[in-house]
Amino acid sequence: MTQTIAVEASHVVKAFGHADTAVRALDDVSVQIRKGEFFTLLGPSGCGKTTLLRLIAGFEMPSGGTILLEGADITTLPPNKRPVNTVFQSYALFPHLTVAQNIGFGLEMLGRPKAEVQATTARMLALVKLETMASRKTSQLSGGQQQRVALARALAPSPKVLLLDEPLSALDLKLRKEMQIELKRLQTETGITFIFVTHDQEEALTMSDRIGVMSAGKLQQVGSPKEIYNNPVNRFVASFIGETNFLPASRDGDMYRLDCGIKIGAPPSKAARVTLTVRPEQVRLVADSEADALPAKITNLVYFGTDTHCHLSLPDGTEVVARLQSPATGDAGLALGQSVGVRFVPEAIQVLED
Amino acid sequence: MSPAEQDQITQSARNGWLLSAPALVLLTLAAVGPLIIVVIYSFLAPGETGNVEWKFSTDAWQGILFTRDIFDDTLAWADANLTIFWRSVKLSLLTTIFAFVVGFPTSWFIATRPPKARALWLFLITIPFWTNLLIRTFAINEIIRREGLLNTILINLHLISQPLDMIYTDTAVFIGMTYVYLPLMVLPLFASLDRFDMRLLEAAYDLYASPWQVLRKVIMPIVNPGIIAGSILVFVPSLGAYVTPRLLGGGKNMMIGNFIELQFGQGRN
Ligand SMILES: Nc1ncnc2c1ncn2[C@@H]1O[C@H](COP(=O)(O)OP(=O)(O)OP(=O)(O)O)[C@@H](O)[C@H]1O
Ligand SMILES: [Mg+2]
Repeated sequence: MTQTIAVEASHVVKAFGHADTAVRALDDVSVQIRKGEFFTLLGPSGCGKTTLLRLIAGFEMPSGGTILLEGADITTLPPNKRPVNTVFQSYALFPHLTVAQNIGFGLEMLGRPKAEVQATTARMLALVKLETMASRKTSQLSGGQQQRVALARALAPSPKVLLLDEPLSALDLKLRKEMQIELKRLQTETGITFIFVTHDQEEALTMSDRIGVMSAGKLQQVGSPKEIYNNPVNRFVASFIGETNFLPASRDGDMYRLDCGIKIGAPPSKAARVTLTVRPEQVRLVADSEADALPAKITNLVYFGTDTHCHLSLPDGTEVVARLQSPATGDAGLALGQSVGVRFVPEAIQVLED
Repeated sequence: MSPAEQDQITQSARNGWLLSAPALVLLTLAAVGPLIIVVIYSFLAPGETGNVEWKFSTDAWQGILFTRDIFDDTLAWADANLTIFWRSVKLSLLTTIFAFVVGFPTSWFIATRPPKARALWLFLITIPFWTNLLIRTFAINEIIRREGLLNTILINLHLISQPLDMIYTDTAVFIGMTYVYLPLMVLPLFASLDRFDMRLLEAAYDLYASPWQVLRKVIMPIVNPGIIAGSILVFVPSLGAYVTPRLLGGGKNMMIGNFIELQFGQGRN
């Protein structure tokens, strides 16, 4: 049977510090990362993303659990014995070496013949489009170029898995967008498994094959960007990925009764108290005279160029945000304090059991 | 680059030179000047009263390098002088190497402490400088002499039955000099290691370097300026050391420094 799982972490625990002051950076994390996929770890600051990456790289040893690489147990191997390379956030390029020597460093340490090191270095330089910079010192490069060297250096030894810890966070927005496309291209061209860390949800959604959402040392949900966005498993995932409206409700037969008293339909659930979620772009404004529309008042209008965010208040005070496409004339004909009717696109309503 | 920018760069370069001017003047007067005088004097003939005559002569150099046979006036290498010279170089080299071997881990240790602890450790390293060299050297003498601390301890532990002859040997001189000059190795090494980006270690380790290769291929090349500075700071004064070889080497294990003192002070040469 061919191995289709690149990295498998099972019940990984990582605690820092001693006994009662210990911090559980990772709390029973299990995940399977498939061969050749672009996998993103997404979560707020301090949730344990870097820690998980460092465990896979071998810079830290887990307090519990195991880590397999293509089926082999690597839990206790030191970093220089793992066919896994890292692109560091700070790049960590060697200042005493040229661009080419930096890229060839890994292969040289592996004791590969000179000819092979040179050939691979040349290939990597072409891959990241730095052929003309081969003999420069790394301090003479721009941030984006250093980033490319760091990538080429980590890719040169053809690792089984490439780990990237927020590699784009030091770049300005324009360069960042360019590098996102560049990274995706490199991943497709090399076919190497990428594990990418970010706390930028947009970056995660646009680049990944699958995303693992983390919070407080736990993996909350693993799935494709569409699954994560459209079917978040809990409140944390729903609010962390994109913006969303939360509507507290109670089950009433096959329907749900919102706290403002109005009944609406949504997928079935067993819990008595639930939270319904709807993305702002799935909220429609209609005339307040329309039957079975929720009565609401406009409390705020925020103009974003392509669209306008309309903040609404339901009779019980619940806040709802609707994202409306800005009309051609630039005037949606809405005013503060105006009474309107609100409708949700029925298929877009999600039920979260509290 | 625009001409204005060019101008600014040459301007700041000029300012740099101006700033270092006082140091350069002092260095020329105090260090380079006397050296030139000594070299010139060495090629002049000696006068009657310890002065020199303005006449070119290689007598002084011949006197150091060769001995004139008293019977047939042929020249032979002055073995005694060359032995002193060779011993000085050998001991200074050994001292430098050993100071590096001891100093490097020490500097590494200090550079990896938290900032507050670092200041304390650096202070401890410089403490020997607060004591007179003579007193410190006598202290070593006290430890390693025949009836000294070290021999007493070893004998009481029954590790040896006879006291070891440590004092008045080349080894004693070497140990003493390493002790005296160690801080001069540690300080520049620390300065280099302090600026070393520790994240490079993980990068190298990640790229399949063994711990030894991390040391040889990443740490050493980057902190090289510190290694060179430390080595010069230890080697040069070791070569001219006077007090330590005198007290720990006794009369027989002379180094260049003692030889010079002998010639200058006593031989009026
Ligand atoms: N060496 C360490 N010693 C003690 N605590 C640590 C150590 N490394 C990480 N932690 C703690 O573990 C938790 C997770 O840290 P981690 O660096 O993995 O977060 P992260 O998700 O990468 O955050 P960020 O997005 O800010 O980089 C944090 O609470 C952090 O304080
Ligand atoms: Mg991190």
